[in-house]
Amino acid sequence: MRTRRFLAIPVRQFYLYRGSPARVLSLFAWIAIDIVLWGFISRYLNTVASPGYNFVPALLGAVLLWDFFTRVMQGVTMAFFEDVWSRNFLNIFGSPMSITEYVTGLVISSIATSSVGLVAMLILAGGIFRLDLFLYGVAAVPFLAVLFLFGIALGIMASALVMRLGPSAEWFIWPIPALLSPFAGVFYPLEVLPQWMQFVARGLPPGYVFENLRRIVKGGAFSSAELLAGCILSIAYILLASLIFQGTYRFVVRTGLMARYSAESVS
Amino acid sequence: MGCVLSVTELCKTYGRESVAVDGISFSVDSGQIVGLLGPNGAGKTTTISMILGVLEPTSGTVSIDGLPLRTRRTAALERTNFAAVYAPLPGNLTVVENLRFFGMVYNVVNLTERIEALLKQYDLVQFRNTKTGLLSSGEQTRVTLAKAMLNQPRLLLLDEPTASLDPSTARDIRARIRDFVRVDHAGVLWTSHNMYEVEEVCDRVLFLSRGRILLEGDPRTLPAEHGKDNLEDLFVTVAREPLSLQQP
Repeated sequence: MRTRRFLAIPVRQFYLYRGSPARVLSLFAWIAIDIVLWGFISRYLNTVASPGYNFVPALLGAVLLWDFFTRVMQGVTMAFFEDVWSRNFLNIFGSPMSITEYVTGLVISSIATSSVGLVAMLILAGGIFRLDLFLYGVAAVPFLAVLFLFGIALGIMASALVMRLGPSAEWFIWPIPALLSPFAGVFYPLEVLPQWMQFVARGLPPGYVFENLRRIVKGGAFSSAELLAGCILSIAYILLASLIFQGTYRFVVRTGLMARYSAESVS
Repeated sequence: MGCVLSVTELCKTYGRESVAVDGISFSVDSGQIVGLLGPNGAGKTTTISMILGVLEPTSGTVSIDGLPLRTRRTAALERTNFAAVYAPLPGNLTVVENLRFFGMVYNVVNLTERIEALLKQYDLVQFRNTKTGLLSSGEQTRVTLAKAMLNQPRLLLLDEPTASLDPSTARDIRARIRDFVRVDHAGVLWTSHNMYEVEEVCDRVLFLSRGRILLEGDPRTLPAEHGKDNLEDLFVTVAREPLSLQQP
């Protein structure tokens, strides 16, 4: 694997952001709206709920972490979509770049864009609503790690799906975080869910993050075992996603879908 | 003269019925330009896709500069590059950004110097900071060719490289490609529907029909060998009456 080769992907993304203010704005616009909206909702809930429970770290903090996860996933898919939108597949996959190098390039692009988003959210949430990630103590590190790893896994899986089904499958990707959020317990404890949903939730790493976040806000201690389980689960999802991407690539090369990608000839 | 491309018994079928390429074998030597000719649907682009590794053959092998594509893909494609009308460069990157991006992908050494040389060689200096999508089709073709030359490939695949160029620019581009072949001892596989161009640049041609190589030879002598006045007449016969030319 050559470093220079996979760095081409984030360099290309940098060129695109540098040349387009609309793209730069997209890094901040939605997360800013989310932080402001949920920040005021949290403040309002603090005034009507029983004293002693702070909704800012419980609710706004959860929204910030969920947005971070969403940004990580979209960081991977957006870099992949660039090659879809610019019909660049033949130039990329007919080059010496290996699939591992390509996916590594997508992940590095995502690290860059999601870091920018995270910093912007922290500045906004800290500056306006006094949310401080240090409130979660050392647990903030595994919180971010679990969500980052799972975001990467989902981004890779989503890219494989679009590679398999063609450019029109792009719309499947955008609602994925919204579809997962009821199972992830972003806004409520998992115990309020019916049994089958709790069962699904235990298979998804974000649930472990948000359950522990609420435990900390209530003054309890986080569970290292649960966060470790979340990390292991996320890594397992990354391995699974990589296998799916490799398998999909082999399939589209074997069947001719890659060479005729823009025709969207799903078979 | 070394062999830069060796294709052996290459076959691609879709399902049970549809045969796109039917057991073709040929080679391209260094310093040689080989024309891959045939009517639409003959299997030219399918063959090029398999040589590029974006389409897996049903059977047969491809070796580039002695490296089997199947097992040494990265090394083989480091020695290859291509330009095709159906593979435009990203229009939202400038000319220099595109060349830098693909230069990194092909791991080109002294990339900045290489880019500057190619900008001059393909008359692109004035467009260096222009988004590629804003260029005329002829200018875009020149950028695509500059990208194809970035890594000074041992094997260059050109699928109708002059299709959108005016006659003057096309002549100029043909001369540059011939120079490249002569100086760098590269091999070129060239598809074109312009028989005048093929006669001018190709050392050897392969006529493909229904996925098979029907005829092979020197484009300047092949028409007479088959009782035709010129290459275009031979092409038309291949397209309309391939059975009349079938070699025993």
